[in-house]
Amino acid sequence: MNEKDVIICRCEDVTLEDLHKLMEEGYTSFEEIKRILRVGMGPCQGNSCGQLVQREIAKFTKTPIDKVKTQKVRPLTAGVKLKAIVEALDDES
Amino acid sequence: MKANIVIIGAGISGVSIAYNLAKKGVKDIVVFDDNYLSGGSTGRCGAGIRQQWGTKNNCILAKKSVEFFETAQEELGYPRDIEFKQEGYLIVAMTKEEDIQFEKNVLLQNSLGIPAVKLTPLEAQKIVPHLNIENVVSATFCNTDGHLNPFTVTDAYYLAAKRLGVKFYYQEKVLDIIVNNNKIEKVITTSHEVLTSKVVNAAGGYSKEIGKMVGIDIPVYSEKHEILVTEPIEKIQGPMVMSFSLNIYCQQVPHGSFVMGRSDPFMPKGYNIDSSWYFLDEMAKTVVNILPPIGELRVIRQWGGLYNLSPDRLPIISDVNELPGFYLACGFSGHGFMFAPMTGLLLSEIILGEKTTLDTTDLNINRFKNANFNDYEKSVV
Repeated sequence: MNEKDVIICRCEDVTLEDLHKLMEEGYTSFEEIKRILRVGMGPCQGNSCGQLVQREIAKFTKTPIDKVKTQKVRPLTAGVKLKAIVEALDDES
Repeated sequence: MKANIVIIGAGISGVSIAYNLAKKGVKDIVVFDDNYLSGGSTGRCGAGIRQQWGTKNNCILAKKSVEFFETAQEELGYPRDIEFKQEGYLIVAMTKEEDIQFEKNVLLQNSLGIPAVKLTPLEAQKIVPHLNIENVVSATFCNTDGHLNPFTVTDAYYLAAKRLGVKFYYQEKVLDIIVNNNKIEKVITTSHEVLTSKVVNAAGGYSKEIGKMVGIDIPVYSEKHEILVTEPIEKIQGPMVMSFSLNIYCQQVPHGSFVMGRSDPFMPKGYNIDSSWYFLDEMAKTVVNILPPIGELRVIRQWGGLYNLSPDRLPIISDVNELPGFYLACGFSGHGFMFAPMTGLLLSEIILGEKTTLDTTDLNINRFKNANFNDYEKSVV
């Protein structure tokens, strides 16, 4: 299958080709790749792309996969509407 | 290893300084950063570019930086998009005092060639239709302010500097700087010892710690500021919307998501950058009040980063009388990102002993000696 047709990150529309190109430029850590391709920054918080990117980095840099760091996990765990947060606060007071 | 100049910090200021020095022909420049590319304050900032300031220095720094950003894509020869989008900053006044201050600000800005205008609440609403103008007294708008992608523009500077021969070492922390007879001798990192006589402190939130290594007390401190980002939607908002008294800035970035932040007046000084539920609550209340439809959007992520605050909230771009060869680019007070082109240009001129593009007296660290600051920059969130 063509690398252009393999989606690595569904949130941000990143293909395997995008990822390989960037690694060939020398960006081989998850955090660097994240900053340029936005993998791991979408609504799924890297739940779908995280392990795929990790595996590709491991292959490319010939590093054991457990030595490849994945992205920083940030709150919120799931998307919450701003309005819902305000309403919840109103209920509390 | 030997170096002409060691730059500590590869955030936007550090890479801009490196690029400007290399462009002027300086060889053997080495940059150290203890994080990833834009892993510090640069990559954590609100991605805004603003020229609407209340002090002359900030206005000029911002205006000249915008002129650079307008051509940066070509000048830096960058293959990706730096996403410089000039759709303005709309700053709303919520009180009579703010309204009076904004009147003065616009006069100052116009006198320096910044095309800001004062608007009525209804005029402001024409620019941002979903703005709640209920308690808005007036607004100011500058159509050449806007957005810039912190990750890609830092990457652009980094690649351009690298092409000019600058060496970068990431994930490498500076542990000490050795000074002998008031001369810098070497920089010790986790993996290198570099013989050098010149060091640039562009360490952002950690610049005070770098100062301590050479016995220079830089009158700055760090403080956490937080931001959140929503899911992306189709474009509904051109400009950044900002209010000092409501304590908010909020923009829709080209990617489609909304990025917004506010400060916490009770935040203790320090290096903590953890995300807090308190910020999330306060941010949600503030944004739903002033931009009601944004309440329908889901929060995707939140994070914190450090402001490095100076006593007058103006940058320190300076040499140091007490230690020749030590240079400072710090104390940006939350706005180092948007001033970076001028930071790089001015500091490279100072280092090379050239005539500076601007008078840098008011940016020099000497200004804090025996001074009180009544006239500080108030246009800060």
